[in-house]
Amino acid sequence: MAGNYETHEHDVIIIGAGGAGLRAAIEASSMGLNVGLVCKSLLGKAHTVMAEGGVAAALGNVEPKDNWKVHFRDTMKGGRYLNQWRMAQLHAMEAPDRVNELEEWGALFDRTADGRILQRNFGGHKYPRLAHVGDRTGLEMIRTLQQHGIHTGMKVYMECTVTRLLKAGDAVSGAFGYWRESGRFVVFRAKAIVLATGGIGRAFKINSNSWECTGDGQALAYLAGAELMDMEFMQFHPTGMVWPPSVRGTLITEGVRGEGGTLRNKDQKRIMFDYIHPLYANETAPTEEEADRWLALSTSGQMDKNVRRTPDLLPRDIVARAIHAEVKAGRGSPHGGVFLDIATRRTPADIKRKLPAMYHQFKELGDVDITKEPMEVGPTAHYTMGGIRVDSETQQSRVKGLFAAGECAAGMHGANRLGGNSLSDLLVFGRIAGLHAGRYAKEHANLPSLDAGEIQDAAQEALAPFNRHEGPNPFQLHEELKETMQTYVGIIRTEEDLSEGLRQLESLKERSRTIRIDGNRHYNSGWHETIDMRNLLIVSEAMARAALLRKESRGAHARDDFPETDKEHFAKVNIVSRLHGSTMEVAEIDLPPVPAEIKKVLEEE
Amino acid sequence: MAEPKARLRVFRGTEEAGDFQTYDVETYPGMVVLDAIHDIQAKQSPDLAVRWNCKAGRCGSCSAEINGKPRLLCMTRMSAFPEGEPITVTPMRAFPIIKDLVTDVSWNFEMAKKIPPFKPRPRDADGHWRMQQMDIDRIQEFRKCIECFLCQDVCHVVRDHQKKEVFSGPRFLIHLATLDMHPLDTLDRRDMIKKDFGVGYCNITKCCTEVCPEHITITDNGIIPLKERVADDHYDPVRWLLRKFTGNPRPNKVPAQPTEAGKTADVSGTHRVDGGHGNKGKA
Repeated sequence: MAGNYETHEHDVIIIGAGGAGLRAAIEASSMGLNVGLVCKSLLGKAHTVMAEGGVAAALGNVEPKDNWKVHFRDTMKGGRYLNQWRMAQLHAMEAPDRVNELEEWGALFDRTADGRILQRNFGGHKYPRLAHVGDRTGLEMIRTLQQHGIHTGMKVYMECTVTRLLKAGDAVSGAFGYWRESGRFVVFRAKAIVLATGGIGRAFKINSNSWECTGDGQALAYLAGAELMDMEFMQFHPTGMVWPPSVRGTLITEGVRGEGGTLRNKDQKRIMFDYIHPLYANETAPTEEEADRWLALSTSGQMDKNVRRTPDLLPRDIVARAIHAEVKAGRGSPHGGVFLDIATRRTPADIKRKLPAMYHQFKELGDVDITKEPMEVGPTAHYTMGGIRVDSETQQSRVKGLFAAGECAAGMHGANRLGGNSLSDLLVFGRIAGLHAGRYAKEHANLPSLDAGEIQDAAQEALAPFNRHEGPNPFQLHEELKETMQTYVGIIRTEEDLSEGLRQLESLKERSRTIRIDGNRHYNSGWHETIDMRNLLIVSEAMARAALLRKESRGAHARDDFPETDKEHFAKVNIVSRLHGSTMEVAEIDLPPVPAEIKKVLEEE
Repeated sequence: MAEPKARLRVFRGTEEAGDFQTYDVETYPGMVVLDAIHDIQAKQSPDLAVRWNCKAGRCGSCSAEINGKPRLLCMTRMSAFPEGEPITVTPMRAFPIIKDLVTDVSWNFEMAKKIPPFKPRPRDADGHWRMQQMDIDRIQEFRKCIECFLCQDVCHVVRDHQKKEVFSGPRFLIHLATLDMHPLDTLDRRDMIKKDFGVGYCNITKCCTEVCPEHITITDNGIIPLKERVADDHYDPVRWLLRKFTGNPRPNKVPAQPTEAGKTADVSGTHRVDGGHGNKGKA
């Protein structure tokens, strides 16, 4: 059975064709290497396409005072200082080059009056910093990378799912997978592998993610011996659609608030003035008058350092918890969210020009005209700050030759990610991962040997559901997983809930081993879902276990039983999960020490 | 109270053999056709094949035909159809069927590879490129394309006449228009637009514009101006002379060479380049 597969050989294999995967593939190809890019969907459909607001880079086009140091400080502060400082530094320093490079490859960003790349305000960023294209920046980015990438000689394998990484000793040797179309098996033999598979949002009932975000890269790396880090930090984006039920969770860009949108409760009171976090008190307007003055100045391109920004633009963790608190206190909107109002703040022409996709989406799916009415919004599972633990300089994991970039890698964002830092993360670390995977491949003259036994095992694992005569339906089991995570590992956590969540995950894990599949291997959606379930269960367990261990509230991780941020112990540790025998082991590791010159940068104002 | 039910007739099968299967699903407020397909997968036919990614009209994966009309499954509400009448869901007709609602759209990706990529002029002295918003507004419209390929599906040159060897279809004419109108680009692809991508085959029925879920004015703003530009280069007497003596009617642009994957198909003489007539577009 396992003998029946095709083999492809490459210097570097990239798994995932979103922003990070494409950027990594372009880099490795430019080194003259033979690169293969494997993706679960068609090319150009990855979740990056959904990114709306913009890409954060201290270009200084709108506010000349902006530079990498300010961006670095904002990022570390947003991450509540649990970020790997070196990654945050590299990111802030290199993001402008990566944005300029996109323009060189054909991207068309919105322009300033003097014709340069325009930048917009976003939560947690001190200055207008997000280069954008209306509210479809992700589409522009992926289209640009895709169109540039296909001319660099890389081979693209579309609708192909990798289920196992293969190893030779303590290094990677390749990857095992199947074609969605035929269900036939395929083996990729490679010197180096870059994982760029994105997030894990499909673990939650209310989420903003596409079907692909099932934690594949994290699970593949974990099963191959790499570590997962910071998995307790799951970002709930404050503004997902809450009505109608069909679109619950679908993202509404933070750009709405960047363009002046305000959050109000059912009594029409602006809510955010009651939730200003002490960390941001100095730079946030305490009154509506000052917040409105700031908006007027900032939309007309003038800045005044004495006028502070609106609390509607506080970082996502703060805003998400504020909305959660208002709803809990009975001050929510009719369908269990709060109101987001742009209609009374900007003209219809402005709204249609700056937020065209939002306008379109609400009109067609919600029967709401956002130039006339407010939107109903609530938190939605959106982004995981955690992921595969990598070396800050090279993006290499604990497994030799295995690299990771983008959302499936950890370290850059700490306890909470600032909006816009994801698209720049993809570009900066996509390039770095591609570069170092390429260098690693060049240092190794021969392709590693493949282990026939490993391939046999992978094939058996994949086919097992077809051999059962009875068992649960994978779609049903996935629904149960999403309920469990939403209820017990959600936006506010307690020891009791997390323990119950882990018990339910354990039982789901047992039952997932008995899933039965009908039909044949030919484009079989139920079979594909079964394989995704294995990965979702791994990342869900890591999330619950890490959340249980971190006995404090910080960033996206809120514990009702430990509401304070711990300045002593938990301020200095990251939490890692690794496979030990057949069980998951979680452990605390020390944050890397911050050198004196970087401490100085952090303390400057 | 029991939820209202809807009936769907869904194509099940492959290129070789297939038939319609009827499913009843419970409906709820705001439900879209993709929700109904997912409901069928979860409760009745787990092996039903459908492509989708974002379920928000952003990725263009869930293209199919609903009651014969090319549409995105995720942007078509169940309430748009009369209650009690079955909703028929079929795969895109212009492409070979893989299984059920999933079609083989690889031709589109091959076509994309044949288009010579963007080649910008050097940056300004200070490292920037200056462009005015008003100069890029119209190509930003084209860049909204989500590559759902519904325009390719509805285009009769592709759909009924299967001229895939000689005609790129509206999606790629729009891509070529973006490059041609890009203020920074330095490559002249107009010869290729005529010869290799077959702009002359488009006879402006505007079906592509009608089905575009991003409401891109494909024909009026993209293809007709492209036809005019090609026609100018080839048939304007002054440009014709320029071409005769210099070989290049647009000296500020360098003629593009076909890419590695590109094939040159000679279509000259078989179809008239009729751009310029009936142009009521905004270009």
